[in-house]
Amino acid sequence: MSKTVSFITENFGKYDPNSIDSYLSIGGFTATKKALAMSSGEIIDIAKKASVRGRGGAAYDTGRKWAQAAAVPGDDKVVICNADEGEPCTFKDRNILSKDPFRLLEGMIIAGYTVGAKNGYIYLREEYRHLRPLIKSAIQQSVDKGYLGDNILGSGFSFHIHLYSGAGAYVCGEGSTLIESIEGKSGRPRIKPPFIKECGLFQLPTLVNNVETLAIATAILQNGVEEYLKYGTPQCPGTKIISLAGNVKNPGAYEIPFGLTLREIIYDIGGGIPDGRELKIFQLGGASGRTGSAALLDTPYTYDDLHKYNLVVGSGGILVVDDRTRVIDFIKSIQDFFIHESCGKCTPCREGNRQIAKIIDRFVAGTQRPDDLETALRFANIMKNCAFCGLGETAQSSLLSAVEHFPEEFGKTEVASK
Amino acid sequence: MNNTKTESFGVLTSELALKIDEIIQNYQGNSTKLVGILLDIQDIVPKQYIPREVATYVSVKMNIPLSKVYDVISFYAALSDVPRADYVIQLCDSVVCKVTGNTVLRDTITELLGIKEQEATADGKYWLEYTPCFGACDISPAMRINGKVYGHLTTPDSVKAVLDQYK
Amino acid sequence: MKNVKIKIDNIDLVVPEGTTILEAAKKVNINIPHLCYHPDQAIKANCRLCVVEVAGSKKLTPACSSYVFEGMDVQTNTKKVRDMQKGILELILANHNQDCLKCLRNGNCELQALCQRFNISKTNLEDTVEALPLDNTNPSLVRDSAKCVKCNRCVEVCQKGQQVHVLTHSHRSVHYNIAPAYEAPLEETFCVFCGQCSAVCPVGAIVEKDDTQKVWDAIHDPKKHVIVQVAPAVRVALGDEFNLPKGSIVTGKMVAALRRLGFDKIFDTNFTADLTILEEGNELIKRVTEGGVLPMITSCSPGWINFIEGRYDHLLDHLSTCKSPQQMFGALSKSYYAEKMGIDPKNIYTVSVMPCTAKKYEAQRPEMVTNGVQEVDAVLTTRELARMIQSAGIDFAGLEEDQFDNPFGIGTGAGQIFGATGGVMEAALRTVYEVLTGKGLPSLNFTEVRGLKGIKDATIKINGMDVKVAVAHGLGNAKPLLKQIEKGESPYHFIEVMACPGGCIGGGGQPIKSTMDVKGKRIEAIYKIDEDLPLRKSHKNPDVEKLYEEYLGEPLGHKSHELLHTHYHSRGMKYDFSELNK
Repeated sequence: MSKTVSFITENFGKYDPNSIDSYLSIGGFTATKKALAMSSGEIIDIAKKASVRGRGGAAYDTGRKWAQAAAVPGDDKVVICNADEGEPCTFKDRNILSKDPFRLLEGMIIAGYTVGAKNGYIYLREEYRHLRPLIKSAIQQSVDKGYLGDNILGSGFSFHIHLYSGAGAYVCGEGSTLIESIEGKSGRPRIKPPFIKECGLFQLPTLVNNVETLAIATAILQNGVEEYLKYGTPQCPGTKIISLAGNVKNPGAYEIPFGLTLREIIYDIGGGIPDGRELKIFQLGGASGRTGSAALLDTPYTYDDLHKYNLVVGSGGILVVDDRTRVIDFIKSIQDFFIHESCGKCTPCREGNRQIAKIIDRFVAGTQRPDDLETALRFANIMKNCAFCGLGETAQSSLLSAVEHFPEEFGKTEVASK
Repeated sequence: MNNTKTESFGVLTSELALKIDEIIQNYQGNSTKLVGILLDIQDIVPKQYIPREVATYVSVKMNIPLSKVYDVISFYAALSDVPRADYVIQLCDSVVCKVTGNTVLRDTITELLGIKEQEATADGKYWLEYTPCFGACDISPAMRINGKVYGHLTTPDSVKAVLDQYK
Repeated sequence: MKNVKIKIDNIDLVVPEGTTILEAAKKVNINIPHLCYHPDQAIKANCRLCVVEVAGSKKLTPACSSYVFEGMDVQTNTKKVRDMQKGILELILANHNQDCLKCLRNGNCELQALCQRFNISKTNLEDTVEALPLDNTNPSLVRDSAKCVKCNRCVEVCQKGQQVHVLTHSHRSVHYNIAPAYEAPLEETFCVFCGQCSAVCPVGAIVEKDDTQKVWDAIHDPKKHVIVQVAPAVRVALGDEFNLPKGSIVTGKMVAALRRLGFDKIFDTNFTADLTILEEGNELIKRVTEGGVLPMITSCSPGWINFIEGRYDHLLDHLSTCKSPQQMFGALSKSYYAEKMGIDPKNIYTVSVMPCTAKKYEAQRPEMVTNGVQEVDAVLTTRELARMIQSAGIDFAGLEEDQFDNPFGIGTGAGQIFGATGGVMEAALRTVYEVLTGKGLPSLNFTEVRGLKGIKDATIKINGMDVKVAVAHGLGNAKPLLKQIEKGESPYHFIEVMACPGGCIGGGGQPIKSTMDVKGKRIEAIYKIDEDLPLRKSHKNPDVEKLYEEYLGEPLGHKSHELLHTHYHSRGMKYDFSELNK
């Protein structure tokens, strides 16, 4: 029996994403109607009860975030849907956007209503430009049918959604950087404080949520929070759409209940490793996530269980690497990614990446110097502790964890953990 | 009239200028929409890039300092300030496509077209660039051509079949 | 304002809410290391050197951008913090051209000071510097990207302060750079060469073009008669370079040092500042009474001239046709002075010491030529003069005072106040008022045009007419006044624009670390010199009177027009796309 579930993804394949009428025929916009009949406080209580952690990767409790956003004074607020999905090995939002765009729009309307926003912005990565016509059409059809615009369904709540495009920058997935991009500038993160919840897009109070988070909000309001809580574990209720890829027979985006083990995910859902090979490395949460080895496969996929082993759910990416790949080559491709994506503004990330990349190249070529590993780890820790934003802080997560799990591949028999 | 001495002067014709004006108008001349405006302009400039002359034109028309326009063009990977080609081929060079084995894909392109990364074919038809992950990991190894995604490119034949669509 | 109790390095203190950790630490005499922070600019937090440990936080906290909260417990010198700070410095050094011995900022460099603090030099990191090529093709500034620490101070001053918008950050990651658009050399951009970027750079990435060797060569050339003029703003700033209190008035020592360096004659630019007032004041009166182009705008700040000739070349008729005091002096040195001394102008080498980097650009303008030779042969900034004095081994602080030479040695208080924002305006009003009314002024102090407010304006009643004047300093502040003129809505008769914040005392060539605080002290010193001088009105300068009697005839006369006036022209840099839009 399949271990996947369909709560968030229940509409996939059930309606024509190009047609609002098709969406309405399967009960679409029920969640919106329910939300508009509730108070902001009631919706926040539901969100808190569901304890949905932000699905972009930061994992901040959505109920708490919405409560904070609602409490900020002002009546001209902004909701941003972060559809930048730049994390490698992550493609779940792509599915939601292409197969169920109306669910996302509902999520934005609900969020906007809850926090008191007037405008919503979808920041869609340039690499998903082929989805622009679909989303634009979904927005226009929603406006035409009165689900967006002024005085939605006669509720007195007005909300307009605007579509903005990214232009190929992973760092624009970070909240304040995304805002800089929507404001027509290059993507360099902003200093905090002030925090974007008070001073964000166009200096207005801003709420940023991931696509999946907003889709869950709709699903929960449509089906009831109790339905959602039936899935998962008591400590980690609900479901998550994971993006499973790499050396695995069945790569894909799957919705799973929290609590399945990594082994179940990779071997039962993923079909295991092809060509009779063995799992060597797995990486959770995309390029910025830490790596693990086969020894950790029985860890349940929940925030707390993973945390015990210094692993994260992150974006929900699960990358499987078999024994054909050298750990150092794996690390090099991660390093190449961050050299390409760092915004360059702060010293630790810009210069740290520059120097660590040179060291990694020597390891790849086998010409590393005796003190190279120590130097690389030292500067990786400096990046982790001192970088301006999350990119710099997590860019070396894979290196730091790989040295722990695979010390022999770096020429060490054991490593004292830092 | 005094203009910059760049070899791309000829690209900014009256026709192109008119189209650029239309694009700027579509976005209400709103300077916050600069990224979207530049992406749309890049789509209509032959060889899919933003020549310096065009950047200057946008800077003057939208009253944005040229330094800001340049910062945006040079920052975003999807905006190019060097001429590319009619068909821009983007190969994913990120970790997923690497572990699923994109060497066949890379080598086939290089063999069939005779170009390396950041190069155009002599006839100006094809340009090759490596990009980070564009979210096609479940159909990896993958490539994009002018924004359209093609996956499962594990054999030379599959690659050739895709390229044949872009003659 | 609520107060907050915190602890820094186990010291208890109480500070107002909204204080940053960096500021709070200063109150208990702790200087947390920093590089990108500048007291007159917005917080940047990109160097990450100021990280500290805050109890309860797993990550380190940047002190410059984090605000205190009740009960905050900060440690600034733990092993972890120091290790991180050293590491960050090593990272900066690895991509920094460690050319200290030859660098113009040797001994006056914030990165050097930090490395000394942590005892760091070469490390085990790869130190091949990846940087853009040197930009030194313009007369005023040299940009060395191999020394840039990417603090963005220059970007802020160019974009937010001066609003010239030439420097920007661009690209990303290891290609991140500070440069003009398309990495163009400065001389191909709208750069006005005001040098404010060089004044805020913490290291030697942007420095003034060094002309000291040129001047040494002239001084050592027996065939050359080398004379020097010194601007009003230099004598209240030069002392900074010799550890004298900020804003010290060092006129006498300055002249003595110049004498020791070997200049044949030492003159005072204040003299030609007075001369400028005679010419410009009369020009203003002419325009007002004969319906000339108004408002008239001053033309003595070359940074400002470069600005209007660049972007506002449709408003050039508003500029006074007067040359700047530097150039008037230069013109006279190659004509009146040459004749008086019986020296061939080709053998006169005129040097000016200026607080300004744009003056180097001004001096080499092709039209600034008199009797076939360049009016001013070399311009030294205050910083270069200080270096020459140090290089000659002169103990500046111990010098006995000396006096300027004749015939260009007398400057009135009106000439002196040119160095402060509002000074040209005030000097002009002192003369114009008396010339028009025939009466002495009740008070010589036009305090409405003094001070550091960005745009100041005043109305003065002269012969029943309301004369409206405005003063702007910092080019960003000139823009609103220019927009008014463009719209035909300007209420003013006369506008003074100084490119640099604070006026010349805040010039791009002044000693480094000229914060707003220091500028305030220099302005005080300027007005003190004015107050203490026996002569405070330009038209009462006896040497100026003599010059007109002996040589020029009268203000705006034929000789004046030949020597002391010029034509400003467009830099031809604006793009005209009208052909395309037909």
